[in-house]
Amino acid sequence: MTTTATSLIVTTSPLQRRRNRGRGYKAFRAIMLVLVALTFLAPVVWMVLSSFKTNVDIYNSEAAFIFTPTLKNYDTVFGQADYVQYIWNSFFVAAVATLLSLLLAVPAAYSMSRFVMKKSAVLVLLARVIPGVSLLVPWYFVFSNLRIVGTYTPLVLSHMFVSLPLILYIMMSFFDSLPEELEEQAQVDGLTPIGAFLRITLPLSVPGIATASILSFIFSWNNFMFALVLSGASTKTLPVAIFDFVGYASIDWGGLMAAAVVVTIPIMVIALFTQKYIVSGLTAGATKG
Amino acid sequence: MSTTTGTRVRTQTSFSLWANRHRKWVLAAPAMVFVALLIAFPLGWTLYLSLTDASGSIRAPHDFIGLENYFDVLSDTDRFWPAVGRTAFFTVGAMVVEMILGMLIALLLWRPFRGQGLVRIIILLPLVATPVAVGMMWRLIFEPTIGFANQFLSWFGIPAQPWLAGEATALPTLMFVDIWQWTPMVVLILLAGLTSLSDEPDEAARVDGANAWQRFWHVTFPLVMPTFITAVLLRGIDALKTFDILYATKGKGGGSFHEVETLNVYAYGLSFDYQKYGESSTVLVIFFLMIIGCIWLLTIRRKKSSL
Repeated sequence: MTTTATSLIVTTSPLQRRRNRGRGYKAFRAIMLVLVALTFLAPVVWMVLSSFKTNVDIYNSEAAFIFTPTLKNYDTVFGQADYVQYIWNSFFVAAVATLLSLLLAVPAAYSMSRFVMKKSAVLVLLARVIPGVSLLVPWYFVFSNLRIVGTYTPLVLSHMFVSLPLILYIMMSFFDSLPEELEEQAQVDGLTPIGAFLRITLPLSVPGIATASILSFIFSWNNFMFALVLSGASTKTLPVAIFDFVGYASIDWGGLMAAAVVVTIPIMVIALFTQKYIVSGLTAGATKG
Repeated sequence: MSTTTGTRVRTQTSFSLWANRHRKWVLAAPAMVFVALLIAFPLGWTLYLSLTDASGSIRAPHDFIGLENYFDVLSDTDRFWPAVGRTAFFTVGAMVVEMILGMLIALLLWRPFRGQGLVRIIILLPLVATPVAVGMMWRLIFEPTIGFANQFLSWFGIPAQPWLAGEATALPTLMFVDIWQWTPMVVLILLAGLTSLSDEPDEAARVDGANAWQRFWHVTFPLVMPTFITAVLLRGIDALKTFDILYATKGKGGGSFHEVETLNVYAYGLSFDYQKYGESSTVLVIFFLMIIGCIWLLTIRRKKSSL
């Protein structure tokens, strides 16, 4: 009797306290969530707003949120500078680098995952560690001796250096999570091991391949350093074009923000629609420890 | 009849037989050859260049000068060692803040709430944004006279700051930009770790009367430790390689006082602004050895902690 009575008191009172504290915590959590969202969203909104302002309004703190929007900056970007060409360059290089990297990395990731090739995997993943500059110097030597600096070839090759290890990394953890039984079953049914990989495993890997492709495309689209050295006037990618926008004289802030919007918004829109893939790719292999 | 078809089948499949028998290497070889050509060869070439006086035109002849570059670089207290210091400061500082903020935000987002989808999309935006554009965006916000940052401070009566234009404030400002862009990465990784945990240990601790902090520190945190260390490694490596926002906001040499010149910016400038390829390669080799050393130390830590 006495034991049940005490245990009743002990269990009810913390519950009550937790309920009261729960309400306070809920409010606190809501405020913090709004703060977090604002911190990450506000600068982007500010950039977009500024891209629709005249430079007079940008210099006027009164006109921070209330101003007459103008398309003049976008006219500067698309009219005076050759941004249509730069968008195409960025897209072309990112797409080709991603495709070629997929062709090389997906079979390799499969092999490394199924045969547990730890050492080769470490070697390839080392590529993630090497700073880009240390590859750029020797490449620049080679590419300029071949006289191909300024063409698409060195750009695609250098972007593949980022894409390939990334795809390999994502696909390895994807294949690790894919059960081997289906392939074994297919081999019992008469397919060769490579046949089983091509006809059974690959079709099942579409989500993994989508994840890897989207991330590879984004990283390539965002890449700045390789294109800064290896691209020419006609093969310039968007990040380099934005960098060149800042002249030595005073900065055309409106135009600069419009250029920044042109490069970031497409990638953000892609991210909105492929959020799940991006998150699973960025966190691939992270939870295994 | 039957023997001819038999041999035909065998010749047709002899390649496929060979490929299947050696599929481990057939599938992996193209990628490995590519990596060897584009990564191993450049590394070797960098090592070689670091021992020469290569400079000026890319086709100019260069001489082998032994370890001279290494003596020059390692005794350079004017540019090299300050760059080492800035790299370490930037990397460690940004990473520590990102890990702490990332953990806090991950805990905040962990349990379901209304509007979860929206918040998760919002924190994804900085992550996918082009670093150069992010640099330009913050450059406008931190502009000392017209930027929103100083206007924001003035609402709280705080005097205007020089931000990117100040010799002492430029590097911390860029660390802030790095933290803004990459904390979401830590959040996503830790969230993945947190959601894979089972509820039972937490429930058990709750029943035992542990408060929220005790449950986090003694139960949740040790359980997500492996994920946490992975995030530290990933962010550490990426922060160490930071170049885009530094070069895009401060330009050649990391500003007029070299105030944001990290090893990456320094090595890049030596090669592509001053055409001193030999010296630049030396800086890169030393940098690379430092990175390997750091990773080695971290992985030893990790092995010890998992024992």
